[in-house]
Amino acid sequence: MTTATPAQTPRPPATSWLAAGSLRILVSLIVPLITFLVLRWAFIFMRDTEASKLAIGVVALIIGVGGVWALFLVTDNLVSILPDRIRESVRPFVFVGPALVILTAYVIYPTLRTVYLSFLDARSQNFVGLENYAFALTSGEMLIALRNNVLWLIFVTGFVVSLGLVISVMVDRIGRWEPIAKSFIFLPMAISAVGASVIWKFVYSFQPIQRPQIGLLNAIYTALGGDPQGWLILKPWNNFFLLAIMIWVLTGFAMVVLSAAIKGVPAELLEASRIDGASEIRIFFGVIIPYIRGTLITITTTVLIMVLKVFDIVFVMTNGQFETEVIANRMYREMFSFGNYGHASALAVVLLVAVIPVMIYNVRSLEQSRR
Amino acid sequence: MSVGLQTPGSIANDRLRKFLSGIPVRVTVVLISIVWTLPSAGLLISSLRPANDITASGWWTVFSHPFEASIWTVENYVQVLTAHGLAGAILNSVLVTVPSVVIPITIAAFAAYAFAWLEFPGRKTLFTIVVGLMVVPLQMALVPLLRIYTQIDLNGTFLGLWLFHTGFGLPLAVFLLYGYISTLPGEIIESAHVDGAAPLTTFSRLVLPLSVPVIASFAIFQFLWVWNDLLAALVFLGTREDVVVLTARVAALVGRRGEQWHVLTAGAFVNMAIPVLIFFSLQRYFVRGLTAGSVKG
Repeated sequence: MTTATPAQTPRPPATSWLAAGSLRILVSLIVPLITFLVLRWAFIFMRDTEASKLAIGVVALIIGVGGVWALFLVTDNLVSILPDRIRESVRPFVFVGPALVILTAYVIYPTLRTVYLSFLDARSQNFVGLENYAFALTSGEMLIALRNNVLWLIFVTGFVVSLGLVISVMVDRIGRWEPIAKSFIFLPMAISAVGASVIWKFVYSFQPIQRPQIGLLNAIYTALGGDPQGWLILKPWNNFFLLAIMIWVLTGFAMVVLSAAIKGVPAELLEASRIDGASEIRIFFGVIIPYIRGTLITITTTVLIMVLKVFDIVFVMTNGQFETEVIANRMYREMFSFGNYGHASALAVVLLVAVIPVMIYNVRSLEQSRR
Repeated sequence: MSVGLQTPGSIANDRLRKFLSGIPVRVTVVLISIVWTLPSAGLLISSLRPANDITASGWWTVFSHPFEASIWTVENYVQVLTAHGLAGAILNSVLVTVPSVVIPITIAAFAAYAFAWLEFPGRKTLFTIVVGLMVVPLQMALVPLLRIYTQIDLNGTFLGLWLFHTGFGLPLAVFLLYGYISTLPGEIIESAHVDGAAPLTTFSRLVLPLSVPVIASFAIFQFLWVWNDLLAALVFLGTREDVVVLTARVAALVGRRGEQWHVLTAGAFVNMAIPVLIFFSLQRYFVRGLTAGSVKG
């Protein structure tokens, strides 16, 4: 590791050093002041929604791109006028400071605050103990939401990881068409959940029996002799039609990551097991799977976390009606439809508690990699 | 191929191997690719059909006479961009997205450099905390921040949403950039110090240019995250015409115009166009960003 050493520059004559020094101090004081004023002005300007959108846009981009840089340059400059000894011990904090401030303000403080609010009532005025958690974990509506989240977690994660694994093994064997096939399966990952929801709402679209079906699923189903179904109101199967969307989105992601890992399995290892007469299935379970274990764990936890927080798909497709509610959508409704901030906070804490094992796992593997 | 003794097992095994590399695998892969593409294809084709046709017949019927000009139209796109305000929403999405990508990258790059190459007390502990914060669900911040924003009039402003995306993009950004910056060759950075370069110079002239690949990966990841985000945009910007972003606008169309498929299909495609374009042009970086950065709050 480097310790920052002060610059070893030859010392200029005393008078010009003094002049340069005072000029430097002057600049160091004026520039921050100007920067601060500009940022403040921009801040107020952007709150002022009367300004034309294009003007806001221009200021926005200047601030977004330039403002942050200016802030760093100015504080670094400010630190440079400090005496040598203090300077180099302060400087690292100029670099990490903004990140730490924002993380504290946007992640750490709100998290603690939400935990606190989860023990207060709907308007956050009176202490209600565990009432919000009683609601979150035992009320009838929430039991449905919790059940659905469990369904999502099991089926989406299960399908995404196993489908992704199987497809990545298969595309590995089709030669030059591999990249094209991968692109097709991977593409949904670039699509927003809102876009994906519209796509699938169309697939699930339902028309009365005498009219032509325009949704793919009902067209196939009626062609096979069935009556058209309103898939999204078909309890409890509608949950599976919703979670299928997420499987569609995430499978390509699992496939791409796992495929990269499988390609990393040394060819000699595979060849050696083949010469030993191991069957392909044994090679898959005995060589490939153990080799990519780390990637499998990462993919599984990643998908679990994404699924746990699922919001957009449910919000757009059914908004939790017909027993398709999930925790994150319920939380949004508690905030904006019911104005119950106690319930909303408790639901957020439930999500947080669910990801804590992953947090611990991440920190542990970081510490292991340091050794 | 194994050239050992042909035991019954190895014969069966050879057969299996041939089977796996043969036609059935190709057919299966083609089938899966088709199944995965059909829903999007249906959306794209429908968005180019006249409104009445969409509800009168399935989109697949266009293949019976695909070259008749009368079955295609761009009217749906004209309509969503003008009458339904998607043109304005595109601008809003850009205004939200660009700073929400640039600000966290800048702040994270400075921090990652300090974590990797500068000595200061608490360095390891602070970095561990940053890694721990990576998976905090963004739901944890919604209620308190919404309240604070209402008090200081930041609600419904772009600035508020940028800072939010910065906050929740930072842990991952710092982690990714640290992983890359800490593996830069130490001799280069130390020789810069010996030559008398200040940390800021080393950072901006040396570290930053060398880190372009990882910055590109994170930028694409964050771009998609912010562009496709609905929840934070709904909470902190809302659905007012002058600030509403594309995802929120399209989501509103679904709610209000449940069966107006010509509007919905075109709207959804407008929302998808830019990410899909980026996907095709920068797939390599995109994959790397996703691989490295999938665990996020």
